[in-house]
Amino acid sequence: MSKSYYDPADLRKFGKITEWSEELGTSFFDYYGKVFQEGALSAREKSLIALAVSHVVKCPYCIDAYTKDGLQRGITKEEMMEAVHAGAAIEAGASLVHGVQMMNKYEKLSM
Amino acid sequence: MATKSLLKRNNELANANRQLEILSNGIFADGELPTFKDKITQTGQFPLRPRKLEILQINVGYMCNQVCEHCHVDAGPDRKEIMTVETMKQCLEVIKNTGAHTLDLTGGAPEMNPNFRWFVEEASKAGIKDFIVRSNLTIIRANKKYYDLPEFFKKHNVHVVSSMPHWTRGKTDKQRGDGVFDKSIKALQELNAVGYGMPDSDLRLDLVYNPSGAFLPGDQMALEADFKKGLMEDFGISFHNLFAITNLPISRFLDYLIASENYEDYMYALVEAYNPSAVQNVMCTNTISVSWDGWLYDCDFNQMLDLKVASKVKHISEYNEEVIRNRDIIISQHCYGCTAGAGSSCQGTVA
Repeated sequence: MSKSYYDPADLRKFGKITEWSEELGTSFFDYYGKVFQEGALSAREKSLIALAVSHVVKCPYCIDAYTKDGLQRGITKEEMMEAVHAGAAIEAGASLVHGVQMMNKYEKLSM
Repeated sequence: MATKSLLKRNNELANANRQLEILSNGIFADGELPTFKDKITQTGQFPLRPRKLEILQINVGYMCNQVCEHCHVDAGPDRKEIMTVETMKQCLEVIKNTGAHTLDLTGGAPEMNPNFRWFVEEASKAGIKDFIVRSNLTIIRANKKYYDLPEFFKKHNVHVVSSMPHWTRGKTDKQRGDGVFDKSIKALQELNAVGYGMPDSDLRLDLVYNPSGAFLPGDQMALEADFKKGLMEDFGISFHNLFAITNLPISRFLDYLIASENYEDYMYALVEAYNPSAVQNVMCTNTISVSWDGWLYDCDFNQMLDLKVASKVKHISEYNEEVIRNRDIIISQHCYGCTAGAGSSCQGTVA
């Protein structure tokens, strides 16, 4: 057993999850493949969304995968960093908007 | 960025046998990944055999004004291998009689061969349908004696194919050297000025995209659209098609992969992206590559690995298209580079 929870080499074994549950694994990968096809959004736009979400959910495998995916698509580092900030801003906002709850509670409890 | 070739630096990867050893050791020797031979055997495509010859690719020398990080030729200013007039004359005899519809001159920077212009003039008389010169663009701005190359290419109806790793300065200069981007832009504008690459022009100007790092090229059409938008909006440049070419794990790119600890991941990516339908159209099945000293190879990559054709006829001086066609193509693990995803060749994707 690895002494680390995350091993970069595990990413390329992702497909093996199908071995323990073929139906669910295959369904997932079919779904996943379709999600990232060209649609109303371009595959390029979806790649940047995936990169931003990868940071918000703090998935190191996803960050590796979508940084590489972006490079393959010719996405620039400036575009990648802006996407990461978009994710980070939503995450910061999600914390901060609770400040309203704090303010409401404060006002309710105060004379 | 290195300014000398691997050969000049006495790097072990200048040795073709050492490269072939690396490509057969480690993850391929212990069975972690299948060899290319095993893989194409599984899909019923071994041995790989040529189809009708379509492209005659001639390397007129390894000398180049640039020292690109990914160069599979290990080209540079310090390389002295240059095709002689005598070998050029042997090539011209073949060009006059070949059944190939495309003649593809490459290097190094082919324009640095002192007899390049004479060779182009003579070769163009053979009336071959598509006459390509692979120009690195910066050569056109490197010295006054090259300034008129766009006019020269136009005069001989040469199809210009040029490398451009990105439509932004940073990525281009990182792969190809400081200042390469600005010079390339100027060269492209000069080619456009004489009519090359314009929307309805017969003067063909195509660009080659190689990834600037340890990743595979994305979709060729999507990249072409991005390149066209970027180059037109920022610089008013037009071109016809973009060829997305995968970097093969040999020579300087292999050196980079090993030094940056990307070799194994890159080989995994190539093997995972293996596409049997790309194997059917891989360029060694319709191309012969000729080296500066007249030897014959299945492709430019095999030339750099010194894997001469497995045929009785191995040299341009004894060229016989029928005899050469009856051969098995020599393969190793670098071949995964041409069969990944949509495939890769000197003419871009193949599947």
